[in-house]
Amino acid sequence: MKKTNRRKKAVLLAAAMALVFAGIYACGILIPEQGVAGSFLNAKLPPCIEHPFGTDALGRDLLLRTLKGLSLSITIGLAASAISAIIALLVGIAAATGSKGADSLINWLIDLVMGVPHTILIILISFALGRGLKGLLAGIAATHWCSLARLIRGEVLQLRSQPYVAVSRKLGKSSAWILTHHLLPHLVPQFLVGLVLMFPHAILHEAAISFLGFGLAPEQPAIGIILAESMRYLSTGMWWMAMLPGLTLALLVLQIDKLGECLGMILDPYSAQE
Amino acid sequence: MALEAKNLYFRYDKKRPWVLENRTVKVDPGERLAIFAPSGYGKTTLAMLLAGFLTPAKGQVLLNGKPLPQKGVCPVQLIFQHPEKAVNPRWRLRRVLEESGELQEDMLEALGIERAWLHRFPRELSGGELQRFCVARALISGGEYLICDEISTMLDVITQAQIWNTVLREAGKRGMGIVAITHNRHLAQRVATKILDLSIPHGANSCPHNKP
Repeated sequence: MKKTNRRKKAVLLAAAMALVFAGIYACGILIPEQGVAGSFLNAKLPPCIEHPFGTDALGRDLLLRTLKGLSLSITIGLAASAISAIIALLVGIAAATGSKGADSLINWLIDLVMGVPHTILIILISFALGRGLKGLLAGIAATHWCSLARLIRGEVLQLRSQPYVAVSRKLGKSSAWILTHHLLPHLVPQFLVGLVLMFPHAILHEAAISFLGFGLAPEQPAIGIILAESMRYLSTGMWWMAMLPGLTLALLVLQIDKLGECLGMILDPYSAQE
Repeated sequence: MALEAKNLYFRYDKKRPWVLENRTVKVDPGERLAIFAPSGYGKTTLAMLLAGFLTPAKGQVLLNGKPLPQKGVCPVQLIFQHPEKAVNPRWRLRRVLEESGELQEDMLEALGIERAWLHRFPRELSGGELQRFCVARALISGGEYLICDEISTMLDVITQAQIWNTVLREAGKRGMGIVAITHNRHLAQRVATKILDLSIPHGANSCPHNKP
């Protein structure tokens, strides 16, 4: 039997992930508010056929709540990492093509943001912007661009020193033309892989900050909130409240990470043939 | 209409010695100058300076008495020694050629470029095949001077002859000036009307060369 190669595997994985995402997202929208409304009659039920993930202390079905939470997480993660990646692209290009002063200023800024632990910085920004969705988004977007920006800066510096860029200039092409025709197409792989690998970070940070109570409001069905609530019941033996939503989140994140690595290997010419 | 370099000084770093000191070169339209020297005498540096890829520390490069234009298509085109670095590896070769202007069928024919190569990527061609594209690109841009930095060093003799014949014919047709940089004394004598030996220091050493 023919072995599926990595390229096919990555395409399949990407398609599967897209399907799962779309499914979770659709669930998040389609599940009505009554679906996650509680009823004290069936509070604290362990996993059964009617409630595969069990129910929480207020009698809400945890599977539906987890799906709704994940759909929110995906939205936040996607938006935050997209914003972050675009910031990284702009900052990286600005550093590599601007003056020496701008370059050192940007490098200093990158060192500064990377030097402060992410979680603390996100908490600060989210808190300053009044928590909630907006604060969380801003916090995550403002902290995750650094390493990708540094990567893109290096890449642009290296590309700019290529003879074909110099030739292009001597053929009368403007800097903007060179940027869009020679430089940006080379940056696409870095950008895409950076974006996909940033996504799990963003989701985990969202969950972590909500868990600590600095992110989404307690009534919103976010994974972080579910985990935070379950902490109170964990010691009384109600394992399902933390375990199943947490496991779902971990699985999702692992899959995205795997997809990112797969993409990276295919797009990197040094490992594309492996 | 001459391309001249007046009293050029150049070094790559302030702490390093001069690569070129007080170097003066002049090429008239239709003239073919061969610059000849062993390795490390600044041949490529001089080529880059003449084409405006580098700026001299002192002295200036003048075209028709004026400095080289900074914007627009440069009338002095440089062809690199390594063609694989001079084309974007992500572009098909048709696009590489069209970067400098309209494709010219007769030129493709003269250089021995096959139609099928236009749809390929640079890594799918050999060095000699790629170098033809670099020559074509420089010629299509319609410059007045062509600086050839060891363009045929890595090619076999037949390809070398083919490329040089095309370059000389096209240059002759348009009255272009040529600066040919080479290690190969025989090539220099065959191609040039004038030879400059960089290993002889300074200034006015461009001796007229008698063609056999």
